[in-house]
Amino acid sequence: MDVLKKVPVREQDAKVRATNFEEVCFGYNEEEAREEAERCINCKNARCIVGCPVSINIPAFIEKVKEGDVEAAYHIINESSSLPAVCGRVCPQESQCEGVCIRGIKGEPVSIGKLERFVADWACEKDVKPEGAKEKNGKRVAVVGSGPAGLTCAGDLAKLGYDVTIFEALHEAGGVLVYGIPEFRLPKEKVVAKEIENVRSLGVKIETNVVVGKAVTIDELMDEEGFDAVFIGSGAGLPKFMGIPGEQANGVFSANEYLTRSNLMKAFQEGSTTPIMKGNKVAVVGGGNVAMDAARTALRLGAEVHVVYRRSEEELPARVEEVHHAKEEGIIFDLLTNPVEILTNEKGWVSGIKCVKMELGAPDESGRRRPVVKPDSEFVIEVDTVIMSLGTSPNPLISSTTEGLETNKWKCIIADENSGKTTKEGVYAGGDAVTGAATVILAMGAGKAAAKGIDEYLTNK
Amino acid sequence: MYKILEARELTTNIYLMEVEARRVAKRCQPGQFVIVRMDAEGERIPLTICDYNREKGTVTIVFQTVGAGTKKMGELKAGDSLHDFVGPLGCPSELVDEPVEELKEKSILFVAGGVGTAPVYPQVKWLQKRGVNADVIVGAKTKDLIILEEEMEAVAGNLYITTDDGSYGRSGMVTQTIKDLVEEGKHYDVCIAIGPMIMMKFVCKMTEELGIPTVVSLNPIMVDGTGMCGACRVTVGGEVKFACVDGPEFDGHKVDFDQAMKRQQLYQTMEGRALLKEQEGTTHHGGCGNCTDNN
Ligand SMILES: Cc1cc2nc3c(=O)[nH]c(=O)nc-3n(C[C@H](O)[C@H](O)[C@H](O)COP(=O)(O)OP(=O)(O)OC[C@H]3O[C@@H](n4cnc5c(N)ncnc54)[C@H](O)[C@@H]3O)c2cc1C
Ligand SMILES: Cc1cc2nc3c(=O)[nH]c(=O)nc-3n(C[C@H](O)[C@H](O)[C@H](O)COP(=O)(O)OP(=O)(O)OC[C@H]3O[C@@H](n4cnc5c(N)ncnc54)[C@H](O)[C@@H]3O)c2cc1C
Ligand code: SF4
Ligand code: SF4
Ligand code: FES
Repeated sequence: MDVLKKVPVREQDAKVRATNFEEVCFGYNEEEAREEAERCINCKNARCIVGCPVSINIPAFIEKVKEGDVEAAYHIINESSSLPAVCGRVCPQESQCEGVCIRGIKGEPVSIGKLERFVADWACEKDVKPEGAKEKNGKRVAVVGSGPAGLTCAGDLAKLGYDVTIFEALHEAGGVLVYGIPEFRLPKEKVVAKEIENVRSLGVKIETNVVVGKAVTIDELMDEEGFDAVFIGSGAGLPKFMGIPGEQANGVFSANEYLTRSNLMKAFQEGSTTPIMKGNKVAVVGGGNVAMDAARTALRLGAEVHVVYRRSEEELPARVEEVHHAKEEGIIFDLLTNPVEILTNEKGWVSGIKCVKMELGAPDESGRRRPVVKPDSEFVIEVDTVIMSLGTSPNPLISSTTEGLETNKWKCIIADENSGKTTKEGVYAGGDAVTGAATVILAMGAGKAAAKGIDEYLTNK
Repeated sequence: MYKILEARELTTNIYLMEVEARRVAKRCQPGQFVIVRMDAEGERIPLTICDYNREKGTVTIVFQTVGAGTKKMGELKAGDSLHDFVGPLGCPSELVDEPVEELKEKSILFVAGGVGTAPVYPQVKWLQKRGVNADVIVGAKTKDLIILEEEMEAVAGNLYITTDDGSYGRSGMVTQTIKDLVEEGKHYDVCIAIGPMIMMKFVCKMTEELGIPTVVSLNPIMVDGTGMCGACRVTVGGEVKFACVDGPEFDGHKVDFDQAMKRQQLYQTMEGRALLKEQEGTTHHGGCGNCTDNN
């Protein structure tokens, strides 16, 4: 064994997995997990803990894995995170916990994410549940949205004895975890549903099909339905489009729509009644996690897929592991390429995407080198489907119906980072609704901070 | 689960259901819609709110069977339940915000095509309750496809029924009746047209010629209904709008109907299309008669 390297994780063969929706990565078994755990040197001032947005006591749980006491490891993780099976799978570990791991200075960091996943999956299999509150305190909190932010905030408050109800607009709880991130990366039944069940087992009620701002307002929740505080975790919002000609053609989708059809509505399954464009040749515009997920979904539905991204590989915002997997599966990357028009046939269906080549100029305000158009570089990629994955802008549904709830110039809800406190008394917020599209673990961190903020507020009230 | 208190067939393949949905019933306004799912595997089906009873906590919907989802829904009976029922979605009809005094000054014309009669009904009723009598044109391909006639009669100022084949009421399409009424000396300040896209397109063409501002209620393909997916985007006055949050009602003279119609066909399943054809020949949902040369 080479201590400088991670214990390799077993994965589905790239050729096989490109045709199914089963999970790509199999995860560690107990033996592999212990072997990997041995690589952790149990640092005194563990830098990895600082790298984790919810400060999981990483060396402590890894010690328990070494000792073979996985249940104890699970409870250590659970003190800080209510969705470990999710985070172990989708966290951008390379830029968080693993990015700062001592082991990474010389060699590969400890595979913290895979170990976390191992512990969470083990607990799920053995039906170990998180520990709930001993006593209820009789106070009621409403949580808007059941994504990672909402679930975490609700779970933490329930553990403190609060009576919590989550209101979710869709027919199923989970937010992006159910409608965005695909099955092959995050199994719904095996992982997401179980994690949500755990939150429920803490006593949290989930009312689906309630669009807050439409069916009921924040003020009504507090004034008429008797909630003492509200947490808003309503997510990132509306998909952006480029505003180029041809974008309303048949065959142009937002990644949100495409992924929702496949994930939430199960269009990928044989016999589903939800229609989805399978496409022969698909262009996905964008380079983030969402773009990778859309691309790999289209690939699995049988298409040849091009990822069209205007910067270079180095700037791809997606997780390294996802880009790597996408390439293995046969996704074609058209980098330094920017669409200027979507071409249509006489029936109004997509027939191609006209692009220009880009080159990198001077760095812009984000510190990344700004792509500029290469003159006379227009060319056409023939495709029948285009999936736009350009990010989101906030949904005004809640901010526009809640008096006193202020937003910033990007229309995101203003909330204090440490407590989740908004400009309206008793109302807290966090996750993508506050930061714009970010990550699962940041949303969880915000949910956690808000739970603490709400607890302080209601204790002192 | 949302209990169905009443379920009946209004006419061939058009069903009415009264459903218990307290949150929706408490807040809904004319012009808004709900999204319904029959069972755990079902489609999300958007349907306009046709009536509501705040005391009873119920909402009434009227739907036409066009594809697998709605067909299955037509088989449900009173006592059964719907798995999901979310709403109210979309913006209320503009008239809800207008002062009653101003509405009373106005001469309002509603044009309903086929199953579009259902969403027109609550608006006419809402106005009548406030002492505003609106005229209503209801069009269908043939006598048997006319729905909610009695209900509409009770709340409309004047009700004009027209059938393409002349089997009932006036003869010809709704656009003809609009023209006739204006020629007979009627004056309208505003027209609200709800029905199949193609009908709304031709109504708008006609009212533009006659100089009557027109509001239409669009029914593009939807998924979430909350602004998350963008499936429902339509071009209005050159701008892209999401019908589920910005609409579903828009200024009809500004809607790009040709694009909207193309987009609506995106997922028309072979099954759904076959069913429509069988029911209504070339006019799809019936009511306008212009489909023949435009499909
Ligand atoms: C395709 C995709 C892939 C991603 N991949 C990764 C990844 O690999 N790693 C990673 O860390 N992050 C990833 N992300 C980002 C991550 O999923 C989000 O940052 C995270 O889910 C945000 O959590 P949240 O709780 O703030 O919001 P969400 O997960 O968006 O949840 C918000 C919930 O609120 C509900 N809601 C919205 N409005 C209302 C309302 N008015 N009333 C009631 N309910 C409402 C929504 O329906 C939704 O269920 C990905 C995102 C997407 C879309
Ligand atoms: C805001 C709004 C209000 C509506 N109000 C009513 C109403 O009051 N009464 C009524 O009978 N119908 C109404 N419709 C249309 C109704 O939603 C469709 O007929 C229904 O979704 C078809 O579903 P299906 O599964 O039976 O058909 P299928 O043909 O199997 O449909 C497949 C998919 O295509 C989409 N689709 C097909 N036709 C339509 C359509 N006309 N509009 C939108 N999506 C479509 C749906 O996403 C559906 O899941 C409304 C639509 C919208 C958007
Ligand atoms: S939650 Fe994410 S960042 Fe924290 S330890 Fe787990 S994988 Fe690392
Ligand atoms: S930094 Fe790396 S080696 Fe040190 S405790 Fe954390 S995981 Fe273990
Ligand atoms: S239906 Fe998804 S944005 Fe309108």
